[in-house]
Amino acid sequence: MLTDNPARKTSVSPVSTAVTFDQVVKRYGDHTVLDHLDFEVRQGERVTLIGPSGSGKTTILRLLMTLERVTEGVIQVNGQPFSGLPEKQLRRARRHIGMVFQQFNLFPNMKVLDNITEAPVQVLGLSRDEAAERARDLLDLVGLADKADVHPTRLSGGQQQRVAIARALAMRPDILLLDEVTSALDPELVQGVLDVLRDIAQATDITMLCVTHEMGFARDISDRVLMFDGGRVIESGPPERMFSEPEHERTRDFLGAVL
Amino acid sequence: MSFLTAFVRSLPSIWDGIQITVLATLLGALLALVLSFVLGLAARSRHLLVRGLARAVVEFFRGTSLYVQLFWLFFALPILGFKLVPLACAVLAFGLNYGAYGSEVVRGALAAVPRAQWEATVALNMTPWQRMRKVILPQAWPQMIPPFNNLLIQLLKSTPLLSLITVSDITFQMDQLRSATGDTKAAYLVLLVIYFVLAYALTLCMNGLEALGKARLGQGRA
Repeated sequence: MLTDNPARKTSVSPVSTAVTFDQVVKRYGDHTVLDHLDFEVRQGERVTLIGPSGSGKTTILRLLMTLERVTEGVIQVNGQPFSGLPEKQLRRARRHIGMVFQQFNLFPNMKVLDNITEAPVQVLGLSRDEAAERARDLLDLVGLADKADVHPTRLSGGQQQRVAIARALAMRPDILLLDEVTSALDPELVQGVLDVLRDIAQATDITMLCVTHEMGFARDISDRVLMFDGGRVIESGPPERMFSEPEHERTRDFLGAVL
Repeated sequence: MSFLTAFVRSLPSIWDGIQITVLATLLGALLALVLSFVLGLAARSRHLLVRGLARAVVEFFRGTSLYVQLFWLFFALPILGFKLVPLACAVLAFGLNYGAYGSEVVRGALAAVPRAQWEATVALNMTPWQRMRKVILPQAWPQMIPPFNNLLIQLLKSTPLLSLITVSDITFQMDQLRSATGDTKAAYLVLLVIYFVLAYALTLCMNGLEALGKARLGQGRA
């Protein structure tokens, strides 16, 4: 019997699964963005979502971050279902997840250091000193140790995005969502941000879900690439295979256009 | 007796009048400020009942004359058995009337903070109260200052209504001087200047506040 097979048991054990989408549907009015979507991400796995604009990639991250609600279906994080929960329980689910946005979304009313320390102090209950120490370590990691007391508006886009990465990491999430984090940057600033993310991918075992148009970066950090089209995953696999010999015609067309 | 001599002689009562006018303005503005935030936040509530109630209060006090509201509090309320001192009637009327206008200022400024800021606070797992207090309000309030300044000056200029409910404000005092001297031109000219100086002083304070708020957002001159 399948259920008695120990190998199968461990492979589906809830502990090793970070994210599960089970028949998830997202509609805006008549427009279906996600169409009975199924996929899983294992803990520590780095998954890149690729596909044409409007294929629902960003919606997946926004659903996980609880910025949107599913129309149908169930999302589980670390084995706990969390779609449709009231605010209090949503906060418990959100604890595991961090997000970096396309437009950085730093708080203009706080200096760089306070952008990073505010949530650890308010939400996690760290002391100001503990939070500041954590923040300075992270600023060091993203190469901005000298910018702690600067206003975010005085930084370049690339620097702002690196602060935003530090801010998300300061909450020690298990799962990091990266939503087209280099799309709003001038070309010469993209590399600095990608280097920081590569370092983090190497130095930690954090689970990453990444929406990007940077195929070189996707190839470097991903364990798996998911190709989206029409609100579904039409093909998935390790980046070496996906980029060299895609099976699906839509994937070939898409990669032909972006590579 | 020349106007100038009479004016100098009545300076103490004119000073009293100015103090009453400023006191009524500041107390009324304080109540209006509190009501602006209460009603402005309630107007953004998720609960339909709270939203509806705030809407009704705002429309009622915006849609009825300040003059009539004041007279109602002063003349009608005592008939129902609640007698307030005249200054309290005025502060209440000013607070309710300008609070109704001010709530729209608060609501608009909160709505003008980009949605992306709210999304960042959710991603950092802040509670609704932490989001409002630490991120949304600090960005919204500098936007509120110019329209609040308008309302504050209008409130100041509504205070001559005080003299209609037996309060000796600056308009009352200057009117006394006018009847004593018979110099209508001079008396009302001085009164115009006094209101202008008071209004301008308020504007300078509000401009300072706005500059402070914008500097904190990194928008001011470096």
